[in-house]
Amino acid sequence: MVVTEAQIWDWLAEVKDPEIPVLTVQDLGIAREVLVKEEGAVTVKITPTYSGCPAMNEIEQNIRQKLEAEGVEKVQVETILSPPWTTDWMSAEGRRKLKEYGIAPPEGSSADKKTLFGTEKKVTCPHCDSRNTKMVSQFGSTACKSLYQCQDCKEPFDYFKCL
Amino acid sequence: MENDKLEYVLRLGDNALILGQRLSAWCGYGPVLEQDIALSNIALDQLGQARMLMQYAAELKGGEATEDGMAFFRDVFDYHNLLLLELENGHWGDTVVRQFLFDTFNYFFYTELLQSADERLQSIAQKAIKEVTYHAQWSAEWVIRLGDGTEESHQKAQKSLNDLWEWTGEMFTMDELERRMVEQGIGVDVAALKTRWDDKVAEILDLATLQKPEDDWMQSGGKQGEHTEYLGYVLAEMQHLPRMYPDAQW
Repeated sequence: MVVTEAQIWDWLAEVKDPEIPVLTVQDLGIAREVLVKEEGAVTVKITPTYSGCPAMNEIEQNIRQKLEAEGVEKVQVETILSPPWTTDWMSAEGRRKLKEYGIAPPEGSSADKKTLFGTEKKVTCPHCDSRNTKMVSQFGSTACKSLYQCQDCKEPFDYFKCL
Repeated sequence: MENDKLEYVLRLGDNALILGQRLSAWCGYGPVLEQDIALSNIALDQLGQARMLMQYAAELKGGEATEDGMAFFRDVFDYHNLLLLELENGHWGDTVVRQFLFDTFNYFFYTELLQSADERLQSIAQKAIKEVTYHAQWSAEWVIRLGDGTEESHQKAQKSLNDLWEWTGEMFTMDELERRMVEQGIGVDVAALKTRWDDKVAEILDLATLQKPEDDWMQSGGKQGEHTEYLGYVLAEMQHLPRMYPDAQW
């Protein structure tokens, strides 16, 4: 079977992140590069969100399973570190889906995280859109999130922090 | 020459791994849920960084070497981490202050490693610096909270600081290996980080109303494989399973 890179990208758009299942590996920008070699051998290059992200092995497996299920015989998944993953790569569609799911998407670009021991940042509540929110903890249920609470609707929520 | 690099990369990996192992012991014991989760997250980042470094070390070593082999089948004398990181966790204040002293160093260290002539170390640094920045913010905030908190938390944090101070000198002492790595543009001149570290630590301690201890006699030896009695216990727990069942798999 001869596949095109565009076809592979379409399939990757169906592979979900195991920890935030509304997002695909494409929304997150985890899949960086697709190479199709002779006679259907495919290499997918992925990059971790956080270096200790425990979902990476599963993501790798899911990509392999998906492509094999579509008939690709030789699938190789490679991990690359550089350039390092940033929330700037998250698609607009991904940000919209996150908010709908109840997780505040990263605000602004990662470049504004320039100061060490900087001031805490204002985040919009994904439930009521209030800006009157407060950080409860720098670290949340997964490495990529912080825990916030809305001062208006009182709901606690996860914030996908800038990286 | 390649041996130098292998040893240098392993040192960095050992720092990340031993601290990650120490911190993971807090999982389930944190004073409140949010901070239990915070420390577990930091432990996980350290472990992730250790994996990147040990994968690289295994490649440099070549042959049958693997990252797991590096972590699980080296003994105390082969570990070259900083002594500060293998000390017992103590109480919450001890752990927070140790984290603050190391995170601040680590932040400046990885900022410099971004310029390494070694491409792989450069890309590891690009990844690590983003995480370390969050760690440094978190631990600095906690030092301020404890120091400028109640009378009891202030006293305890000050004691943690005084007790840990003699273990900080080693971060900034250059040995032969580090000098050679700096000459080749691969490693970081840690002695040159001392002023920046002093300034940042002083700034945070000031906000925390804590007294910065005077530099006095400092402990050393970790980078050369001479350790405290504590490291053996850390390794015994961490390495027990793969040593008992070398073929064990998930």
